[in-house]
Amino acid sequence: MAHTLAQKILQAHTDEAITAAGQIVRCRVSLALANDITAPLAIKSFRAMGAKRVFDRDKVALVMDHFTPQKDIASAQQVKLSREFAREMGITHYYEGGDCGVEHALLPELGLVGPGDVVVGADSHTCTYGGLGAFATGFGSTDVAGAMALGETWFKVPPTIRATFTGTLPKWVGAKDLILRLIGEIGVDGALYRALEFDGAAIEALSVEGRMTIANMAIEAGGKAGLFAADAKTLAYTAARGRKDVALAADPGAAYERELVFDVSGMEPVVACPHLPENVKPVGEVKGVTLDQVVIGSCTNGRISDMREAAEVLRGRKVAKGVRCIVLPATPGVWKEALKEGLIETFMDSGCIVGPATCGPCLGGHMGILADGERAIATTNRNFRGRMGSLESEVYLASPAVAAASAVAGVIAHPGSL
Amino acid sequence: MSYTGTAHKVGEHIDTDAIIPARFLVTTDTKKLGENCMAGLEEGWVKRVKPGDVMVAGRNFGCGSSREHAPIAILGAGMPVVIAHSFARIFYRNAFNMGLLLLEVGDEVDKIADGDTVEVDAAKGLITNRTTGATITCPPLPASMRELLDKGGLVPYVKERLA
Repeated sequence: MAHTLAQKILQAHTDEAITAAGQIVRCRVSLALANDITAPLAIKSFRAMGAKRVFDRDKVALVMDHFTPQKDIASAQQVKLSREFAREMGITHYYEGGDCGVEHALLPELGLVGPGDVVVGADSHTCTYGGLGAFATGFGSTDVAGAMALGETWFKVPPTIRATFTGTLPKWVGAKDLILRLIGEIGVDGALYRALEFDGAAIEALSVEGRMTIANMAIEAGGKAGLFAADAKTLAYTAARGRKDVALAADPGAAYERELVFDVSGMEPVVACPHLPENVKPVGEVKGVTLDQVVIGSCTNGRISDMREAAEVLRGRKVAKGVRCIVLPATPGVWKEALKEGLIETFMDSGCIVGPATCGPCLGGHMGILADGERAIATTNRNFRGRMGSLESEVYLASPAVAAASAVAGVIAHPGSL
Repeated sequence: MSYTGTAHKVGEHIDTDAIIPARFLVTTDTKKLGENCMAGLEEGWVKRVKPGDVMVAGRNFGCGSSREHAPIAILGAGMPVVIAHSFARIFYRNAFNMGLLLLEVGDEVDKIADGDTVEVDAAKGLITNRTTGATITCPPLPASMRELLDKGGLVPYVKERLA
């Protein structure tokens, strides 16, 4: 049987022959992941399972990123519990404090995930690693606890939707715009239970970081995974992080449930309007919407290329009076690189607040919460009602360029219009 | 597995931030999470629920974050079963792992209105609306899900494997 990327990767991790979508198979996992919200529950389940040790101390990662720096006593207790568990189990990849970053930016940067891996994480945006050609998917805590104990888990082999992006990306249109456009087209449950596979000239032209931005939001279409072939760019990215990987692509003739083609030539940047990621409109249709806050960061758009894109727009300009523009480089590595390149100075000169590497405001945790009636534009991934704070607040989702331009204008704006 | 209770109907694409907002994720306690069930939809929503009641929802229930606190909050609020048009996949796995029964019924979900009394017989795959007399037959649970529920969830399942 000719395999899609998802099927091909799962096949390499199971002894059962994969013959059809819908089949349930047991697979070995390459890495099991949890964070400061989900690890405590996973640990509770792990203990209840009677497990005494993790299946491989090098293949479990615990990243304390959501409420970091610990925002209150309760969240500090959760980190303490996770830290003590990591020590007890001798877990190699435990990250907290100064070596901690937003998990889905941090693990690729550290070379802990790569092409062909099967990664399960107690975080819905685990699908980010599909940008590197890994079959990576979000689980609940107990599912991850099972994987931590056994080193394996079950999957229903997903059917795959192929999304082909043709043409050449116009200036100010990037990875975030492509994934929002797709979600706008198929809806927040358009890929429910399915894998998404991305290809085409516009995808080949994207950086590996851009591909991770797209894979990150596969879950916002209900997808189980968002996958990209591992090409020369992918291999250069992972080799620079100490890995030895091989190229990976779907088999010729693999069967797709649905094939979508998008021409990106002449495309305008887009935004997702409240309160669902599928409410996608060209930026021109919502320009002028007033703002109280801008957030640039997260596992979707907190990498160095995102910082460069935001800084390019902000350089020599000021954030509008009355708008809080919060920039959160996603890892200490991104922070240092942004500092070296002078981007942090650009952000400070523009009047931004530059904060630590944290998930923080994306999930309404801390460091930038919205009051009743306040409105934000963010480079994050979800704009559900109340996601960033008050149930009476609103969040628009956009690229770093559009977010930065909107910070300057004080209203939603096209970066080319400044 | 048979339940009878009042239906509490919610809409489409109810996400896990609506089921249990992130600000309540500083505990793993079932009762405490249950006290704030659906607080992201409406403050105090849970006050209408009596133990044994049934949640009824539209498309894609449980989308968004992978937080297992969501099915726990529903169980903690006293609801042992959710009937929906469809479920988001991470929520689907989590619910069964936690012992929360889910029944996916498609458009038939429209046969249940808020406040109706519903009877669920999971073994027969039959839902009866006691208020209107309407019935809904559900597709059989996948074998792997039945095995998980039979063993009492993922924790006892793994415990058995490790023993």
